[in-house]
Parts: sequence; structure tokens; C-alpha cells
Amino acid sequence: MAHQAVLEREPLGHARGSNTTGGGLRLPVVSDGLYRASLAAVAALFCLLIVALVVTLVVQARPAFAHFGFGFLTGTAWDPVHVKYGALPFVIGTLETTAIAMVLAIPVGLGTALVLVHAIHPKLRAPLSTAVELLAAVPSVVYGLWALLVVAPWVRSIIEPDLARTTGGTGPFSGPQLGIGLLLAGLVLFVMVLPTMVAISRDVIASVPRDEVEAAYALGATRWQVLWRVVLPSARSGLLGAVTLSTGRALGETIAVTMVIGNSTAIAHSLFSPSATLSSVIANQFTEATEPFHLSSLIALGVVLLVIAMLVNAAARLLVRSVGRQSAVSVALA
Amino acid sequence: MTMTQAPDRRHARREEIQKLASGSERRRKIYSGVGLSICGMFLVVALIPLISVLAYTVQRGVQAWSADFFSHLPTPAGIPGGGIWNAMVGSLIIDGIAAVVAVPFGIAAGLFLAESEGRVAGVIRFAADVLSGVPSIIIGIFAYIALVRSLGHFSAIAGSFAIGVLMVPIIIRASETAIRGVPHTLAEAGLSLGARRSTVARRVILPTALPGLITGVLLAVARGVGETAPLLFTAIGSQYFATNPNQPMAALPLVVFQDGIQAYPDLQQIAWGTALFLITVVLVLSVGSRLIAARLGRVRL
Repeated sequence: MAHQAVLEREPLGHARGSNTTGGGLRLPVVSDGLYRASLAAVAALFCLLIVALVVTLVVQARPAFAHFGFGFLTGTAWDPVHVKYGALPFVIGTLETTAIAMVLAIPVGLGTALVLVHAIHPKLRAPLSTAVELLAAVPSVVYGLWALLVVAPWVRSIIEPDLARTTGGTGPFSGPQLGIGLLLAGLVLFVMVLPTMVAISRDVIASVPRDEVEAAYALGATRWQVLWRVVLPSARSGLLGAVTLSTGRALGETIAVTMVIGNSTAIAHSLFSPSATLSSVIANQFTEATEPFHLSSLIALGVVLLVIAMLVNAAARLLVRSVGRQSAVSVALA
Repeated sequence: MTMTQAPDRRHARREEIQKLASGSERRRKIYSGVGLSICGMFLVVALIPLISVLAYTVQRGVQAWSADFFSHLPTPAGIPGGGIWNAMVGSLIIDGIAAVVAVPFGIAAGLFLAESEGRVAGVIRFAADVLSGVPSIIIGIFAYIALVRSLGHFSAIAGSFAIGVLMVPIIIRASETAIRGVPHTLAEAGLSLGARRSTVARRVILPTALPGLITGVLLAVARGVGETAPLLFTAIGSQYFATNPNQPMAALPLVVFQDGIQAYPDLQQIAWGTALFLITVVLVLSVGSRLIAARLGRVRL
């Protein structure tokens, strides 16, 4: 033992010696105060960046807001030739495409997450989960290309005629069947938010305390009763966070929607109609905007989108974060 | 009499309860089966489009791949032999500049967050979360106003700025998590030896957190490489070979968008080929980040 201790002490002494003479001095060393100050400066710069972003957008959008007033939000006409700008068609288009996407993504995403956590062979769990996560990394422009060249012809020739036939072709199912339009934009958004929805729901569901689940099984509950009455209620606020976060993604998604929505500035009267969202109209018209009010109005649309996206995301983060705290507490108690 | 009747009644009652229970169990099992099959169906519904995206991109994209595709400049529709050489170089330059600025910035901010508690850190953390939820097209508008309109021309550097802003919150969050994972005792050992905080950060904390940092950086780069919207009004795309960041420049996602919406099959094929290349790059970065993290993690343990 004593021999070992000596062996250990020697290299330590060497290391200390070399540290004071060479190694430590080769790198520029700054005082603790300067080090902390520079880190704080970087963090402050980051906050400044966000403030600059918001202020820049608001300042540039001011002419449009000042000129059109509240009517900018309620105006239904978007007509650069006659200098008329109203955001309503795009707000509606954004809400409609997001609604289509979420109506599909919530049940499908939740069901998939439940199966991945609780009802699948353990050997399949890891590869399927990884696959879902990797699919979240596929660039949105690739989804857009696929939707435009593969899904659009299929929607035009099969989905839209079928929907029109079964519903009588009235109301939201009327009009020419073009393939591109509101429905396709909603469908591609559904596919795009699905990985996010599944990945977050899966994490939330997996963090439901194990003893609660096992207690329910011990009482004789079937698997479905456990999922429906124990897992889902327990994971409720986290799942709400997953839904909100996915909604945020869908609201702001630009390029894939721009490729498939048909870019019409009129309010859509049918699921099959071409339409536009806040982000798609910005992507489409921004570089063509030569008239000053046009550019300012497009930036004003950006401000509207920014406000919606920030509210939705802030809500989502608070929901997901409160879950984190809850589970930390339950872990501490257990 | 009473002695024999009571067990009979009890027996009948027990049978009745057992019948009820087994009836209930059967019903509950049917519900369970139906519910689970619906969920299983949803899993299939989720997998079909996701597999379809990959399958079509691979099948159509491979047809576009050739030596010319990777080494030539784009040609107008109808003229064969066009390629994406300029877009590959363009994406490398745009995303490279973005990463060179965003990575140290993000890691420094992550280090700050990991070392500080309280209100200020909470606000910055929340700001990073919210910024990561800002639609990328908004960041494109910001870059346009800040760097395109003020300078009077479209440029790759404006695109780098927009992509960099997108990368920063991802890097901040990943590096904060990685740095928080470093045991306090390591940093305290360094400090107790008399090392300055900056030395401890550079020699102890950052090397120990390296796997997590690399994962975060690669994920941020993967996200940045695929972003199209912020480049629409900044780098804007180009048919020519450009290496000057002060000029408009081609980029891979812009090629997919701009060629994909054309009615010409040969341009659409270029778009598929570029999409496949883009997916390959993004997946290599994503998978690579996991492998590197796992490997470095194991070596350190």
C-alpha cells in the first residue's frame, strides 16, 4: 500500500511542476472577472440579437400598419396594383392548413407514440424511434418536392374525386380538383409535423412514473385501460406541450407549403382551392415587391406570423417545462 | 337446513360474480384490442408517408446522379449535362461561415447559462427557446433588412447570417445540457489547484463535454444545411460559380426549390438528385453526431 502511494504521489508532483512552468501558460489565460464578463457579454449580445430582430421587423412594418390601421388585419383584398393590402386571407389560410395538419397529426402522432412506448416488441422500439427522429431532420424542401411531384397527382386523381363523391361535392368539397391547394398543403404539413409530434409525445409518455402503470396492471386493468386512464391523463400537460409545439412548426412552415398551396391571394372557399399562408405569400412576393407599401405590408405579415409563432411557442415551452418539473419532483419523492 | 342453504347461496353468488367478472373482462379485452389496433393502424399511417418520401427521393434521385451532376454547373432546361457543383460549393461556403460564427458564440452562451442560475439566465434560456420557434422565413426577412437592403445587393454573407441565427439557439441548448453534465467535482478540482476559471473551462469542462458539444454542433449544421426559406431573399441562388461571399450564391436547398417547381422533367430530375444529396448530407451529419457522441462517451468512461 505504502509503495503504491509513493508511486501515485510522484507523477502528481511532476504534473504540478510542469503545469506551473509550461502547459498552463501556453494558452492565453484571462482573469476570472474578464472571463465571466465576456461570457455575459455573449449572452447579452444574444438577447440583443432577438430584440434587434423584433424591433427591425416592427419598424419596417410600421408604414403598412400606420396606413391601413386595424383594417390591415381584417382586410380581405391583397392587390398590389391598387395598393390595397389586407392580411385576412393569409391568416385564414395559415389557420386552415395548420388545422388540417393537426386534426390528423394529433391522433396519429399520439397513437404512434403510445404504441412505440407501451405496445411494441422491445427489439423494434429503438430502431423505430431512431427512424422517427431522423425523419425530423429531413429538410422541408424535400417534403415539398415529394408533395408537389408525387402526392399532388395522387390527390388530384384519387383523394379529391373520392371526397367529392362521398360528400356530394358541396361546401368544402366543391370546386375544381387541382391537386395543389389547401388540402395538399394541410396533408404535407401533417407529414412534416408528425416526427416532432411523435418524438415529444414518446418522451412525455415514457416519463410517466412506472409504478403508476404497474399499479394499474396489478389491479387487473387491460393494456388499453392503462393507456387511456393512467398514462394519458398523467402525461396530459406534456402532451399538450407536444401538440402546441407541433402547431408552432406547422404555422411557420414556409417552403413546402409554398410549393404546393397554389398561391392564390383570395380566401379559399373549398378544401380543393388554391390558397396562401402568411409565410407562403412572403416567400412568393418578397423579391418582387417594388412598391414600398408592398414590401412594408409583407413585413407586416411577418410581424403577424412572428407574434402568433412566439405566443404558441412560449405556451408550448411553459407546458413542457412544467412537466419537467413535475417529473423531477416525482423522481425526488420516489 | 340453514347450515346447508348458506353455502349454496354463497356458491351461487360467487358464480354470479365470476360470470359478471369474466363478462367484464371479455368486454374490456375487446375494447383493449380495438383501441390498440387503432393505435397500431396509426403507426402504419405514420410510417407510410415517411417511407414514401425516402423511397421516392432515393429512387428518383439516383437516376440524376452522375459524374457530370457533381462536377458541372447548371444548364438551362432542355440542355443535358447540368450539375450542382456551384450549389455544393455555395452551401459549403454559406453554412461554413454561419457555423464558424455561430459555434463559438453558441458554446460561450451555453457555458454562461450552465454556470449561472437565477433570473437573467432564465430569461436568456427562454429567449433561446423562443428564438428556436421563430419561423425561419422571419429570420430571412431580418437578414434581408439588415444586410441586403443596407448593402444594396443580395449576398451569400446575408444568407450565412440568417443560417447562423438559426443555428445559435440549437447550439446554446445542446451545449448547456452537455456542460451541465460535467461533474462539479472535476471543475472544483481544477479550481482548487489554483487554476483560473477560463483555464478550467478550456482544459476541464469543454473537453469533458466534447461529445455533447459535437452532437449539438452537427445537429445545428444539419438543420442549417437544409434550410431554404432564409436563403430566398439573401443568397437568392445563382447559375454561376461564385466563391465571393459578397455576391449572390447558389445553395443546395435553393436548387431543390427552384428546379423542383419548374415544369421541365430534366430540371425536376436535378431537383430530385439534389434532394437525395441533401438528405444524405443531413442524415450523415445526424447519424454521425450520434456515433461520435456514443464513441467519445465510451472512451471517456
